[in-house]
Amino acid sequence: MSWGLPTFRHGVHPPENKEATESLPIERVPFVREYVLPLAQHIGRPAKAVVEVKDRVERGALIAEPDGFVSTAIHAPVTGTVTAIELRPHPSGKLELAIVIEADPFANQRMPKTSGLGDLSDIVGRVQRGGLVGLGGAAFPSHVKLSLPEGKRVSFVIINGCECEPYLTCDHRVMAERPQAVVRGLQIMMEVLGAERGYLGIEANKPDAIEALRAAIRGHRGLEVVPLAVKYPQGAEKMLIDAILEREVPAGGLPLDLEIVVNNSGTAAALADLIDDGLPLIERVVTVTGPGVRRPANLLVPIGTPLMALLEHCDGLRPETRQVVLGGPMMGQAQKRLDIPILKGTSGVLALTEVNVEAEQPCIRCGRCLEACPMFLNPSRLALLVRAEQVDALESSHQMSCFECASCSYVCPSRIPLVQLMRVGKGLLREAAGR
Amino acid sequence: MQVRLTTAPFVQAEASTRKIMRDVAIALLPVVAASIWFFGVGALLTLAACSLGALGTEWLLGERRGLGSLADYTAILTGVMLALTLPPALPLWMGVLGGAVSIALGKAIWGGMGRNLFNPALVGRAFLQASFPTAITTFTAPVESFWQLDSALFAPPLMRAEIDAITQASPLGAAKFEGVYANLEPLLLGNTSGSLGETAGLVIVGAGLWLGLRRVFDWRLPISTLLSVGLLSGGLYLLAQGGLIDPAGYYPSPLFMIGSGGLLFAVVFMVTDPVTTPLTPKGAWVFGIGVGLLVVLIRLFGGLPEGVMYAILLMNALVPLIERKLQPRLFGGAR
Repeated sequence: MSWGLPTFRHGVHPPENKEATESLPIERVPFVREYVLPLAQHIGRPAKAVVEVKDRVERGALIAEPDGFVSTAIHAPVTGTVTAIELRPHPSGKLELAIVIEADPFANQRMPKTSGLGDLSDIVGRVQRGGLVGLGGAAFPSHVKLSLPEGKRVSFVIINGCECEPYLTCDHRVMAERPQAVVRGLQIMMEVLGAERGYLGIEANKPDAIEALRAAIRGHRGLEVVPLAVKYPQGAEKMLIDAILEREVPAGGLPLDLEIVVNNSGTAAALADLIDDGLPLIERVVTVTGPGVRRPANLLVPIGTPLMALLEHCDGLRPETRQVVLGGPMMGQAQKRLDIPILKGTSGVLALTEVNVEAEQPCIRCGRCLEACPMFLNPSRLALLVRAEQVDALESSHQMSCFECASCSYVCPSRIPLVQLMRVGKGLLREAAGR
Repeated sequence: MQVRLTTAPFVQAEASTRKIMRDVAIALLPVVAASIWFFGVGALLTLAACSLGALGTEWLLGERRGLGSLADYTAILTGVMLALTLPPALPLWMGVLGGAVSIALGKAIWGGMGRNLFNPALVGRAFLQASFPTAITTFTAPVESFWQLDSALFAPPLMRAEIDAITQASPLGAAKFEGVYANLEPLLLGNTSGSLGETAGLVIVGAGLWLGLRRVFDWRLPISTLLSVGLLSGGLYLLAQGGLIDPAGYYPSPLFMIGSGGLLFAVVFMVTDPVTTPLTPKGAWVFGIGVGLLVVLIRLFGGLPEGVMYAILLMNALVPLIERKLQPRLFGGAR
């Protein structure tokens, strides 16, 4: 199907497993009683609470403000009362300070749209106050990507619609159902950054999204939908740029060095909602799927909804479920408890019925990890160096260029935990640098 | 719900080390069958002897001392591969010894599977070649009937073995020392003299194609080796034909060079051994080209008619150097 389409070099082809949800329309989950909003749910400094216990908050009201530039705001996902500001379980596995809101069962929970905005004045401040972050998973504050450092310029904006992680279909559904919002978001970014061309990179396994976006860009100048071959990790910024523009972001550099900014498709739609309708980021689309889920679905979820509520909405877990993962199966995080909230960066909930517990075998130097690594690293050698704690050699072997996509672990026939070793290696280098 | 916590990735490609070894074993089966077809029950005994030596040593040094495992199939593969590189009437005790040396010196002393520098089966064979240079270069023609057994097989250890069958030079020996070139047909079909597993060219090529299609090995290794032998010997052949170099010299055609001796077997089953070859793509090319170059040099200008074993062992020794020099270029790094 995708022969001859542009793509990056190396990478892997895990089974896509998107059939269960790829054609299910996004459905809104009903409101529940309690919402938990950790102050740390984006890259950068956690937000600072601006409400107190017993305060009444309206849906969409600011409840925590950014603490510095690389930080962002958090808003109330429901009308209700702040019942606690305390440590709560966080998907990271730690306890984090969170604002707990009890929904008012009698409030109508309707969000007043402030329509007719659409002007782009003070956009960086408005995006930061709107709490917008990258919705692809990393949750990097979006206003940072919209503010150009001194002396930099942007020629290309790329919308990342790859959704290369198996199982996940939330970006797919947003592109298929809200193509106008995605394109509007792209145009806002291009105008703010002064870019001439905008690309929408979408893997070829989403033909309906490709069609919808092609229809949405008709009549707009400088925009192009680029269908891409299906391959993991094409959604990684550097890989996507290589696929679309055939250019390599310099090692240790940023897309900005090539006058490029990349944003996720869901982020683009959320940007359009924020700028045109004044809606802060208080809900997102989450794919709940996997063989352990009784009724897989794409859900529009208020941020802070307890994971349990989502699973119950999907008729619960099958008894053979062995692991619940937030995110995709390649880079997601397994959860040890289910009383955690959905965050701004939560793209999917996977219930898996099988766990890989095969014993590690010796490396047979087959080279599959080299052919998988999108950064052209030598994971086999790096793993040996990590185990020998050869910090200097790790440095010269570019350990820090690894972005932990786990392609090496995926292909390793000896089941060596390569990506875990890469993380340890990066830790060793950070430790050495801090000394 | 019984929860187990692991870390990403939560999906895993199907290929496993055991399955890779199993595929190699399956690919060896037709070659083993051909060796028994052409060399009778004696081939079966040699295969058993080498495997016995390899498995016994793996058990002693591996299972008992933690330097290997019988469960990963590699010991039996090593034994079988060694047997397939041996002449048909080699005394069986030498086969047992060769199998033992393959595992002990070829693998265990390096720390076990995955850590050895040299191809274990070829270490065993090199040991036999150095110890019993006559026995290992004495070839006999294929047998007339399955049950035809050479009494040399049963020679007691360290005693002189008398071969009943009429000895027959291998095609490479005949060409080099007697100027007699075998036709291509027996080289492809296998009804010629030679080591047990090396004669049936077509069977070996078929096994290689199957392994290649299943992506069991890095295709660069066999392709670069064959290209290297073919182009180099082909160039010399053409120069000799054109009278530019001594036409009376020994410059066989590239087809004869590729089809004869142990080259095809080694290309499919030894040049492709991931453990003892470079794992960087550029390194694989250098390795294959180097093997081909050495094969041509030894066969044409050396004292031996065959040079595949030494060519591979010499290149095995260079693997760490090749890898050091040819690490992959970092994405976004200098080209």
